[in-house]
Amino acid sequence: MNTQSNAVPDSPLDERVVAPAAMVATRPFYWSVRRELWENRYLYIAPVGVGGLILFARLISLAHLPSRMRTILTLDPMAQRMAIEQHYMMTAGLLMLTAMLVGAFYCIEALHGERRDRSILFWKSLPVSDLMTVLSKMAIPVVVLQLIAFVVTLAVQWIMLLLSSAVLLGSGMSAAMLWTRLPIVQMSAMLLYHLLILHGLWHAPFYGWFLMVSSWAKRAPFLWAVVPPLAIGIAEKIAFNTSYFASMLWTHVGGSPDGGSRAQSGSMSDMLGHFEPVKLLTAPGFWAGLAVTAIFLAAAARLRRYREPI
Amino acid sequence: MTVIEARGLRKSFGATVALDGVDLRVEEGRILGLIGPNGAGKTTALNAILGLTPYQGELKVLGRDPWAERDQLMRDACFIADVAVLPRWIRVSQALEYVAGVHPRFDRAKAEGFLAKTNIRNTSKVRELSKGMVAQLHLALVMAIDARLLVLDEPTLGLDILYRKQFYDSLLNDYFDRSRTIIVTTHQVEEVQHVLTDLMFIDRGRIVFSCSMEEFESRYLEVTANPEQVAAARALQPIHERPVLGRSILLFDLMTLDKVDRQQLAAFGDVRTPSIADLFVAMLGNKAGNQARVTQGAGR
Repeated sequence: MNTQSNAVPDSPLDERVVAPAAMVATRPFYWSVRRELWENRYLYIAPVGVGGLILFARLISLAHLPSRMRTILTLDPMAQRMAIEQHYMMTAGLLMLTAMLVGAFYCIEALHGERRDRSILFWKSLPVSDLMTVLSKMAIPVVVLQLIAFVVTLAVQWIMLLLSSAVLLGSGMSAAMLWTRLPIVQMSAMLLYHLLILHGLWHAPFYGWFLMVSSWAKRAPFLWAVVPPLAIGIAEKIAFNTSYFASMLWTHVGGSPDGGSRAQSGSMSDMLGHFEPVKLLTAPGFWAGLAVTAIFLAAAARLRRYREPI
Repeated sequence: MTVIEARGLRKSFGATVALDGVDLRVEEGRILGLIGPNGAGKTTALNAILGLTPYQGELKVLGRDPWAERDQLMRDACFIADVAVLPRWIRVSQALEYVAGVHPRFDRAKAEGFLAKTNIRNTSKVRELSKGMVAQLHLALVMAIDARLLVLDEPTLGLDILYRKQFYDSLLNDYFDRSRTIIVTTHQVEEVQHVLTDLMFIDRGRIVFSCSMEEFESRYLEVTANPEQVAAARALQPIHERPVLGRSILLFDLMTLDKVDRQQLAAFGDVRTPSIADLFVAMLGNKAGNQARVTQGAGR
């Protein structure tokens, strides 16, 4: 384009040349992410649905709240805190799990579905590069789903906090315990950090792998996503009677970048605050994971370039 | 200005050769019809031009290498690959919003203007629209893009005759001007004959014939010969002859005839410009074994 406009400087085409410069890359990226949300409404319907279900169940449990509260009041402060946190953790945990499942399902479908319904020809008729398409799809599990899980968790939590207070006040008890034992703002910040760093970046290699398989597989992308890692793990076990591959994967799903396991930690704030930024930035596993993710994403973009409707 | 320039374009899928050394040059402001039987390599050629498939040989589209720079190229080129590639879940309003979001040369008001002339509602999803309406929507999106090259691969396949006619009418009246270039492949050759400025036949991965429509009209003549003069007409070696309702229709290439002009041929019977389909059958249908495919390919 530029070479041509240089060659014919007086042509009316020059006006057209100016236009694209005005459009920064973030705009097509933003709209690419938005269209993913238009197409895959389950991305927010599933977490909101799960949130609604948790809310409903907890509303029913409000009936026992006054008696439960009386029991809690007899405990020591640490145990009190853990008892109150318990529900918050459960809500957050269930939504994390939902986001993980939805994210995996989404990634496996993302680059396969557009070939199956031939719409890839429409997307490719627009000035959006394959890499930008892949990155916009990657942004869904890494950022968007985590933010959705965060907002839903927070909403459920605040609604429960207000309703619990109302119930306690209604039965003549003080609601102060709920508010003083739970550092809710601090916990929310930690939850957001936990979601974006651990569930977003630390799990990124999985989503990258799913996207690559989705871009590559002609059919049954789910099987291609799951069976090869399984086969490698089993082959390693049979051949060497070791399970490095399986434990590596497992650490990456269940563990955290500094090597600890999240499941063991007791209190919510302990768990969320389990890894610190410094530890994270010096953990080789974290960076290796990101490097692998980059390779998967580059491969997904490259494969999409060659791919035709199926 | 040259919009497309290809030299020795090759592409094979395994043992099948889809493009076998295609040389191609399309100037700005032309409407080129790429006509060929099924499997001739039309779509492969268009895919190469649009950067959808890798190829061997030299190819420049609007000065760019399409395979390496598809996303850049798509700012200046757009295409309708098929009637059914708009995602079925998308709403009309979302399609407008999305294209406006990602395409720097999309004029949303213009697209809405085109849609206002149709029965398509802004809130409808593509899956709720008829095939003809989907084609109208896609055309409205594409015509609102200020592009320099538009590629249409069977854009009206499966549409009824009203939609087909309307499609080409709006393309000519509301979109085409001398600074744009259009390439179209279709099996409904008759419907594009009056639209085209240039014609190209492709067969088995090769360009077998290419001319402008002016040349086509001055060069080829079809004579519905009077029965008593058929023998005399045959003596002039028509390139093709076919019987219709008991009379013979002979197709002549005036370039190959010495000192024969329209007046002389008119003496044998009624003279008219042949249809592209007739010439296509004459040129490609003669090959043994090709007949059935070609007649189908020519939309007969």
